[in-house]
Amino acid sequence: MAWTRKILRVDLTKGTCKSEPLNMDWAQQYLGQRGLATKYFVEEVDPKVDPLSPANKMIMATGPLTGTMASTGGRYSVITKGPLTGAIACSNSGGYFGAELKFAGWDMIVVEGKSPKPVYLSIENDKAELRDAAHLWGKTTWETEEIIKKAHQDPQIRVSSIGRAGENGVLFSCIVNDLHRAAGRSGVGAVMGSKNLKAVAVRGTEGVGAIKDPKAFMQATVAAKKVLADNAVTGQGLPKYGTQVLMNVINEMGALPTRNARDVQFEGAGKISGEAMHEKRPTDGKANLVTNNACFGCTIACGRISRVDQNHWSVVNSPKYWGASGGLEYEAAWALGAAGGVDDLDALTVANMICNEDGMDPITFGATIGAAMELYTMGVLTEKQVGIQAPFGSAQAVIELTRMTAEGRGFGKELGLGSKRLCDKYGHPELSMTVKGQEFPAYDPRGIQGMGLTYATSNRGACHLRSYTVASEVLGIPVKTDPLVTDGKADLVKAFQDATAVFDSAGICIFTSFAWSLADVQPQLASACEGEWSMEKLNEVGERIWNLERQFNLAAGFTAKDDDLPQRLKTEAAKTGPAKGLVSGIDKMLPEYYKVRGWSKAGVPEKETLARLGL
Amino acid sequence: MSEVSGDVVAEVRVTFKLFAMLQDYLPVEARRDNALALDVPDGTTVLQIIERFSVPLKSCHLVLIDGNYVPPTERGTRILKDGETLAIWPPIAGG
Repeated sequence: MAWTRKILRVDLTKGTCKSEPLNMDWAQQYLGQRGLATKYFVEEVDPKVDPLSPANKMIMATGPLTGTMASTGGRYSVITKGPLTGAIACSNSGGYFGAELKFAGWDMIVVEGKSPKPVYLSIENDKAELRDAAHLWGKTTWETEEIIKKAHQDPQIRVSSIGRAGENGVLFSCIVNDLHRAAGRSGVGAVMGSKNLKAVAVRGTEGVGAIKDPKAFMQATVAAKKVLADNAVTGQGLPKYGTQVLMNVINEMGALPTRNARDVQFEGAGKISGEAMHEKRPTDGKANLVTNNACFGCTIACGRISRVDQNHWSVVNSPKYWGASGGLEYEAAWALGAAGGVDDLDALTVANMICNEDGMDPITFGATIGAAMELYTMGVLTEKQVGIQAPFGSAQAVIELTRMTAEGRGFGKELGLGSKRLCDKYGHPELSMTVKGQEFPAYDPRGIQGMGLTYATSNRGACHLRSYTVASEVLGIPVKTDPLVTDGKADLVKAFQDATAVFDSAGICIFTSFAWSLADVQPQLASACEGEWSMEKLNEVGERIWNLERQFNLAAGFTAKDDDLPQRLKTEAAKTGPAKGLVSGIDKMLPEYYKVRGWSKAGVPEKETLARLGL
Repeated sequence: MSEVSGDVVAEVRVTFKLFAMLQDYLPVEARRDNALALDVPDGTTVLQIIERFSVPLKSCHLVLIDGNYVPPTERGTRILKDGETLAIWPPIAGG
């Protein structure tokens, strides 16, 4: 059955931890992780809730394949109402925490209320308790993990925690596990901080049993792993260059948002690319990249482990950054780099390390710096207000603003609210590159049209991981489509959205989808999970999850007007590259998308659609 | 301009870029920038440049000229024009 059939309900107000049976009827309709936790969340939480109030809840959820021998089966998600957006938030993380939670015998943790004082949740198999965390408050995620492991005298404990950003109410703070993996987007860390929950520490020794048909499951996972190994992308490209290989690709295509999307190509892209991470530095003769890294059960290993030059100005007096640590992924390198016009690879690596250390989403943070730099360049913000000079291209500004934001110092407090609130405050809302209050990532919708529709309709605010049409429009996976046209993109986006919801609910990594289709996932789920799991059912589950999230957002107050892109992308044409002269065709694609979805012209699911999906 | 069998053949200057695992097919001095300036006879196709550098065809997954995709069926006929940039990647992905 793959599910442990148990959820842990933690009431922080009362200080209680209780076991409940998993609702198996819902599991059959929503699978697990993202889908199942969202079902629990929408059933229990008022959509109008203040995200940072005790009435909001936060669910950490695994999928049925989490902790199994399925490749990449180590994922968990955090579901809550996001404080950055006010929309449903669902942030997915790898590492080892998710599998450990499953080994301890839990499908998910439902966290509710607010503790009167800082605590952390300690789980050892079926024993769960809240412990005092006064000594952890004010500590980074790295320090927190080390202190907890020492206190429990167990190096194999897995810790998921917030850093100072989550404590300080940074609206894009994330939850970090295993030092440099994170449930990154929409501010889930701020919700955790608002509840005075510093960390969840879990140790599980029970394994994952009760697979429906173990022999068939083993055969299915072996076959699926061979698909990953034989595929040039998942077998060679991602392990060697990681996601950062995209930097030069997207720049060549003229779709790299640069200097707060003023430009679509960055002259410094090559210096901060995946290829550059392999090059030996002239200063110390060593490469930025030390090795690749895998999450639990992963046979791809796309993660980056990097080391910066000890004599780099950003760390010369900070030995704690001298060792090997989590390196730049593409989105982080873009946000901390191209979005502000910064091309200092080691500086970006250090800024990314600080984001890991103190728990901040580098996408929203980097994009917010980009907006601040534009305000500074325009003279709207001054050196006196910011506390430092912050023009486009300043690596020094990136490093210092990262520290200030993480620590809640000076202008960092304003940056910690994200670019929407920042640009609103200073009278230039048009300079916030956001949808539903969340910053879009590293693909310019003028050069990759499908991503504009992806951002506009993403249920958690602008995001690339809800329908990664880049796979088709740029990389030719599963088929090549033209990135510069809008035709067909409504169908493409819907297909990606629904399929992604299934991957995100199964306990596996979305990166498998560069080689796997749902047809490769289906045999694994069908042999692991009780019930009937056909392709038809999986497609329906994905669509059901998408519509459930949509309904929550509508009930929270969002309307079709929120399915829109920043004006800049609709009115300022790309200046260079293949998309020169083009703006986003979102206004053409959106009505088509609503129709494909079975939604009204106002973006509301029709009764027939809801009935068909059992909603 | 160059001479072939006594005839003067016009040349065009193009930029040739190889990325990721393919950068090893560039001369050593060009690898750091992933780019090489090339003077080639007018009429040279994408495929001819690929073959000149012995880049395995099956590894030429993403082929762009000035950022625009060149499908496999057109690589043998698409002629490089003066000032264009040809960039090639093996199968890669990210996100």
